[in-house]
Amino acid sequence: MRRPAPFIPMGARDGQYRARWLAPLSVMVGSMVTILPFVATFAWLPPFGLIMLLAWRLHRADTLKVWAAVPLGLFDDMFSGQPMGNAMMLWTLCFIMIDVIDTRLVWRDFWHDWLIAAGGIAFCLIAGRLIATDIGAHVETTLLVQILVSTALFPVATRFCAWLDRDFRRS
Amino acid sequence: MAPPRNRRPGFSRRAQYGLFLGYVVAIGGVLIGAVLLLLSTFNPPAYAVVRGFFAEITTPISSGIAWATSGVAGAPDGVSQHFNVRAENERLRKQIAEDETLVARARTLHQENRRLRALLQVRDVTTDAVITARLVNSSASSTRRYATLNAGSWQKVERGQAVREAAGLIGQVIETSPNTARVLLIIDPDSNVPVRRTRDGMPAIAKGRGDGLLDVRAAGLSNMTFRPGDIFVTSGTGGVFPPNIPVAKVITNQRDSAVAEPAANPNSLDFAMVQQIYLPPPAPSPTPTPGGAAK
Repeated sequence: MRRPAPFIPMGARDGQYRARWLAPLSVMVGSMVTILPFVATFAWLPPFGLIMLLAWRLHRADTLKVWAAVPLGLFDDMFSGQPMGNAMMLWTLCFIMIDVIDTRLVWRDFWHDWLIAAGGIAFCLIAGRLIATDIGAHVETTLLVQILVSTALFPVATRFCAWLDRDFRRS
Repeated sequence: MAPPRNRRPGFSRRAQYGLFLGYVVAIGGVLIGAVLLLLSTFNPPAYAVVRGFFAEITTPISSGIAWATSGVAGAPDGVSQHFNVRAENERLRKQIAEDETLVARARTLHQENRRLRALLQVRDVTTDAVITARLVNSSASSTRRYATLNAGSWQKVERGQAVREAAGLIGQVIETSPNTARVLLIIDPDSNVPVRRTRDGMPAIAKGRGDGLLDVRAAGLSNMTFRPGDIFVTSGTGGVFPPNIPVAKVITNQRDSAVAEPAANPNSLDFAMVQQIYLPPPAPSPTPTPGGAAK
């Protein structure tokens, strides 16, 4: 069922692939996981929006521009319960850091990506905790569990991104 | 993984400026985020309207999913209940017989109490429920503990009102939108509830820990000793929470405080009752509110 590759003029983009709109959409859906109907007594739900964002950024760097984290973070702030501007700032800082790492650590394996994502998740969660909750609160254990679970979920998120992106190499 | 292709956009000026502008927008976004954060730190309800707008959209979705899942998940329970009904009937009959003497005693006590209150001319403050609604979702990925109630200012829910269920206090309304309200749960690290011990009326403060438990500290200077099993109810001090709502039960005793578990379990997703503010903020006068110990 393979169609012949369409004619692409010199200098034009190589076709419309759906990851361009699917990437932000999947991040937004990840942010909205918090509307699932249960009332948690402590923070255990991994930040799915952030995991999807990092997975897209590390799996397909060209689907999300560096400024895309700003609106996506703002959207996440509407649902996360963190103070407004939290994800907007931290997610964009993550993106800029990954761009810096891109120039230093050029040839990367998936393990490197996983490590970078773990760093990004830990940075966002710990900084978010310091911003939102005063030092005296007893949330360290749950925060650690949350970071570990989120890091463990990163390969799953990458596979999911690859699955959403499966039309890319077809044409 | 090969290096990304968008690092060097080539000789095209347009592509170069595009990349540069992208970074300018990103760093601008970081700065705007920082400003928003500062604003929301110093003025937490600043974005109530924006958040309320999104809550209006998502709360019906949450309610719908909750309704569907409770229907499916409740089916096995319903079947087993059907078969247990005979044994339960037997048990309840026995309990009624046991309770009858207790009720009779309570009736006489109630009458006596009413007479005494009439003698003392105590003014009873009505603490009627504003509305009964459901807690539909919560900030499960954040270290803060907020929940969303699917009733809002159109149902006369106002900021500051207490939210409780049958078993005890759940939290306090902090933001309202037309059909939803944001509830700060008592287990949030920023929540403080004035309480008193049921045993001797000793005033204390119940503060959220952030891990689903509460810290109870003595409100006065008295070196109060806590015992596991001590039960704390709201004292009505401050006039926000109506008195005598169960709040916490001590599980372990630390030196000057105690770790307690909340009496109400918001996780059960049952109906929550919103109650009137106990004593609405009066005209500014320096009369001290009667403390919990006086009750």
